[in-house]
Amino acid sequence: MIGHIKDLWIYLSASPLVWLTVTLIAYQTGLLLYRRFNDNPLLSPVLFAICLLVAFLKLSNTGYSTYFKGAQFIHFLLGPATVALAIPLYREITLIRKAFVPIAITLIAGSLTAIINAVAIARCLGGNKLILLTLAPKSVTTPIAMGISEKIGGIPSLTAVIVVLTGIFGAVAGSFVLDILKIKDEAARGMAWGVASHGIGTAHALQKSRTSGAFSALAMAANGLLTALILPLLLVLIR
Amino acid sequence: MLGYCTLILLCQLAGECITYTTKIPVPGPVIGMVILLGILMRRNRMPVNLEKVAGILHRYLPLLFVPAGVGIIANVNLLKRFWVPIAGAIFLGTIVTIAVTGIVMRSFHRSKIPLETEGRQ
Repeated sequence: MIGHIKDLWIYLSASPLVWLTVTLIAYQTGLLLYRRFNDNPLLSPVLFAICLLVAFLKLSNTGYSTYFKGAQFIHFLLGPATVALAIPLYREITLIRKAFVPIAITLIAGSLTAIINAVAIARCLGGNKLILLTLAPKSVTTPIAMGISEKIGGIPSLTAVIVVLTGIFGAVAGSFVLDILKIKDEAARGMAWGVASHGIGTAHALQKSRTSGAFSALAMAANGLLTALILPLLLVLIR
Repeated sequence: MLGYCTLILLCQLAGECITYTTKIPVPGPVIGMVILLGILMRRNRMPVNLEKVAGILHRYLPLLFVPAGVGIIANVNLLKRFWVPIAGAIFLGTIVTIAVTGIVMRSFHRSKIPLETEGRQ
């Protein structure tokens, strides 16, 4: 009997089906818990799902590459989802046109702050060059950050993890920070989420209000563009 | 709806082609987003079904980050060794970035641009 179960597991775990299913179950369990506790931001469904899946992979002695063979189908959708951010952007296009200069200046300030800040803090706390390069693009959305990391000589997979953690933390802490600073303006809140915590912040902002979400999407997209252009230049200056 | 799914993929495809051939360090999907935005601005209207497709993709946006996040398992050793600088950059760095971005944007809005705001849902 146990032999049969083992055989079945060996058969199943080699196919994408199990890993796709497990990922969806983990996320939905996280979502259920999150709703049960009145949308408490500390119970981020993303973080919950990641922890649950890591535990599951450890227990079943599965490597990340095996898991990713199934999960890549979900991961792939990040691309189309990024393209589709054009839709919330277009919805608020008149608003964005009206405030073009403030938005541009805020973006440049935010983008530079995100990069310099992360690198400076990590350096002070004992990070080596590899770690600094890996976390420099941490505020940018995952597919862009991984691309940048690879280009400048960081570790793309570690960048992805740091990006996701930054996103979750930004979404959670963002509300507190913005409330303490008494920033109530939906546009400013959206921009802050988008610049600091990319897609996860944008997902969070979209749940709060459409305006916030649109500005967050804009900030995230523009920050991705800006960081991709600025970061290689900054590195040349540092060296 | 299928037509708009195709349109989104085509924009991404065009984006990938552009980044590959021009070697600009911007990822394909971002260029694809700019292309789609350009198309919408030219047409000057929003097809309902395109909005639906985007709505579905964005409703589950957080889920899409899970596979990359699980990658933590492949980087445990580096994380163990460098958890202090990494945690510092994530926690402190993100708070400062949120504060600076929010403050800069608000400083403009206070002075001149009146923006309608929507109530929270």
